[in-house]
Order: sequence, then C-alpha cells, then structure tokens
Amino acid sequence: MSILNKFKPLQASYDALRAAGGDPFSVCFDEVLSPSEALSKGKRMILLGTNNYLGLTFDPASIDKAVEAVRAAGTGTTGSRIANGTYGDHAELERRLATFYGRRSAMLFSTGYQANLGILSTIAGRGDHILIDADSHASIYDGCRLGHAEVIRFRHNDPKDLARRLRRLRDVPGDRLIVVEGIYSMLGDTAPLKEIAAVKRDWGAYLLVDEAHSMGVLGSGGRGLSQATGVEDDVDFIVGTFSKSLGAVGGFCVSNLPDFDVLRVACRPYMFTASLPPSVVASVLQALTRIESDSALRDRLHMNANRLYDGLTAEGFILGPQPNPIVSIRMPSTEIAIAFWNALLDAGIYLNLALPPATPDNYPLLRSSVSAAHRPDQIDEAISAITSIGQSLGVIEPPARRAVR
Amino acid sequence: MNAQHQVAEIIVEMISSLPQAPREVSLDTNIARDLGLDSLAVMNFVMAIEDRFDVSVPMDKLAEVETIRDLADVITDLKGR
Ligand SMILES: Cc1ncc(COP(=O)(O)O)c(C=O)c1O
Repeated sequence: MSILNKFKPLQASYDALRAAGGDPFSVCFDEVLSPSEALSKGKRMILLGTNNYLGLTFDPASIDKAVEAVRAAGTGTTGSRIANGTYGDHAELERRLATFYGRRSAMLFSTGYQANLGILSTIAGRGDHILIDADSHASIYDGCRLGHAEVIRFRHNDPKDLARRLRRLRDVPGDRLIVVEGIYSMLGDTAPLKEIAAVKRDWGAYLLVDEAHSMGVLGSGGRGLSQATGVEDDVDFIVGTFSKSLGAVGGFCVSNLPDFDVLRVACRPYMFTASLPPSVVASVLQALTRIESDSALRDRLHMNANRLYDGLTAEGFILGPQPNPIVSIRMPSTEIAIAFWNALLDAGIYLNLALPPATPDNYPLLRSSVSAAHRPDQIDEAISAITSIGQSLGVIEPPARRAVR
Repeated sequence: MNAQHQVAEIIVEMISSLPQAPREVSLDTNIARDLGLDSLAVMNFVMAIEDRFDVSVPMDKLAEVETIRDLADVITDLKGR
C-alpha cells in the first residue's frame, strides 16, 4: 500500500498511452531553432502546437531587452511583489498594460494560471456566485475551487442558459461574476461576447473575460475579443497571459474598478509567490510595444490560420467551428488519435494531442496552433502530412473516392 | 408523497430513458458508476435535470452527489429555498 495507490487507474491509462508510441506528455525539444522549428531526438520538427501566435519568442528586440535586464537587475527577484519583488519595471509593465487596455489598474501575476487562481478566488467571496462556461480552462475551475463563492456552470457559449441561471438567482443576495474566454483553447471558438455582455447588463452582474488566446490575436489593436466585439466597456476584468502571443511567461488582470488595487493586499496567489524575473518583464514590455505598433503581424497570423483551416477543411477533416489560430481536428477515437499523433511526430510535425475528458463533446482532438512566424510552405507541408496520414488511418476518404462524389 | 420522493421519481424516470441505463434504477443507483457515465456525461445529465426542475446545482454540492438519492436531496433542498 502506498499513498499513491489512488493513482493506479490513471497510471494504467497513461501506460497504455505510452505503449502506443511516443509519450505526448514528455516530448522533449533538444534544441529550439526558431518560433516554428525545433530538434527532437535529432529530428527537425515543424512546431504547430506551441501557442506562439505572433512568433515573438525570438524577436531580436525582446531578446536584447531581456539580456540588458538580466545584466542590470540579475536573474531573479527572490521575493514577492509585497516584499522585495517589485522593481521599477514591474510597476512600468502594469502601467503599460493599463494604458494598452485603457483601464485604471493592472496587476501582474507570475503565470496566467495564477492570475485566474488569484482573481477568481479573491473578487468573489462567500455569498457571491460565479457563473462559468462549462468548457472553461483548468485555471478557471481551480480559481473557483480556491475561493468561497458558489460556482455554477452554464452550457458552453449559451447566453440563454446563462440568463436562465441568473434568473434562478434573482432573489438570492450577493454579487454575480460571469467568466468566459475570448478564444476557447480546445476548439478555437470564440465566446458570443456581445450577447453575454447584454445578459450581464440585464442582470447587473460583473463580467470577466480570459483573453489568454485572444490577446494580440483578435481586435484591431490586439486587445482581444472584447475589442473585436465592441464590448470593452462591459468587461469589468480582463485576465491574460504573457505565455502565448507575448512569447514569455506571466499573467495579469486589468480593471477599471476604482478600488482594484486593494487586491494587492488581499489576493494570496499575488502576495505569496515570487514576482517575475526582470528579464521576463523587460521582454514583455518590448513585445507589448510590438503588438501595439505592428498589426501586420496579426494579419500574417490570420493568413496562416486561414491557410491551415481552409486546407484541412478542403481535405474533409472535421475542425472547430471558426477559422482561428487554434485549429483542432476531430478524431473518431482515442486509438486513432494516438496513432495519428505518433505518425505526425514521425513525419516531423509537432502538435498537441488532447484526449477526453479534457476535450469538449468527448471527441479526441489533434490541436494545432498557428503562428505568424510560420512560412506558407511549412503550413502546406503540415497539411499534406496530416492529409496523407488521415487517409491511411481512414479519418478522411482517399482522394479517388471523394472525387466521384 | 413528500417532495423529495416526487423529485426522485422524476429523476429515476429521466435516467431510465437514457440509452445506457441499467434495467433496475433505484434511489441507491450510483450515477457515475452504475450508469457508466464519464464526468462530461454526468454534467450533461445534471444540466438536463437542472432544466427540468428549474434550479442550478452549485459545483460544491454536485461534488457530494453519488447516488440518485443524493441528487434528489440536493434538488429538493434547492427547490425549497
Ligand atoms: C484560457 C486559459 N487561461 C489561462 C491559461 C494559463 O496561462 P499560463 O500558461 O500563463 O499559466 C491558459 C493556458 O495555459 C489558458 O488556455
């Protein structure tokens, strides 16, 4: 007997997964060559599943700023924001984020996961209600569990179901907080934010949008789905991450609420962990400047996303409902998904394998994320590898059969 | 018939119409195990029950539900509020 015995069933399914070939949870890149290529076990891979939407991980200006900062301020802050971990650049980045979103305040967190953990567990307290989309990211679920509010799920992207649930609470005291995502990380679909904002107004709720996958990706200024749908004034809190379009690590929350800064002495995942290292803060400051000033980057990203989405659709794959930089291919079964993922790895294409119950609708997915840094020929190479494997595994019909239809 | 009993009867009826339902459904039927539902299917099933009774079951309450009796208790309690 061991304290770890409870993991026996999980161990068994993990072992089965590994028996089928590569281990999707321990892919190791020995050398990352660029935002779109890496070496793994000596093999050159096209990176098609790294959330590196704008390809800024190797941006020379960001690298220079990071190197300057590490030389000037050292490798780490060795302390939390409320002790010795606030440097001039942390405060500067918070001001810059607030300005970027046109809001009063911003708070940095050490990861996007911690931003959700901190904000959700703190702003909604005992007697309040949090209404979350059923397909929410793990960090949203975990943030809800860490706090003391009652948590209610509504059907994915269903404003009517949300309204119904708010109506059921009409005589219950306390505040209500609605939580949705800009782009959902599994299928790449966006929230119907205009309709959700209307429900929020009808019922006097607060609205938080996690723009993890949409910051720098959607909206003419890169301010995410809130900007793209024209409802920024209705969004009370925006949570985001530096680990995707900004090419680094870290998270944040911005808000216009006058007393927002009190959270700095109330929010435990902000208070009791070390702050971001100076090099990261410096590279993010530079990357933020880039996404503000360079909309061509966004255009290139969407061109690539459409190229992959349209290319795979034409071959007969079942994808998510909208062409966005997250392009997910529905797999008929877990066995085929695993075989497909392994065959792609052998063909030099890395993307993410997502298995139920982590996926919506219970279908396994091959999840790819496109970058502005991809060259068109890399996208085409991926489409042709995915197509030929898809045909040999019977996920799509061979071309001859399709032609006669 | 008390309120809890009525709620339980409706739930049993709804479960019996599921394709994967076992022949015998009772108050002690374990929703996840005996019905062979994964967590997603449980959630979908609970959402249908929520619509039927016009209530929302908070996640902490749902976490404590194992049997149909537990679910009927939670729903009855929410309806009585
Ligand atoms: C919707 C969503 N929120 C938050 C996060 C967490 O971000 P981070 O990787 O910065 O912790 C992610 C991604 O991992 C995400 O997909």
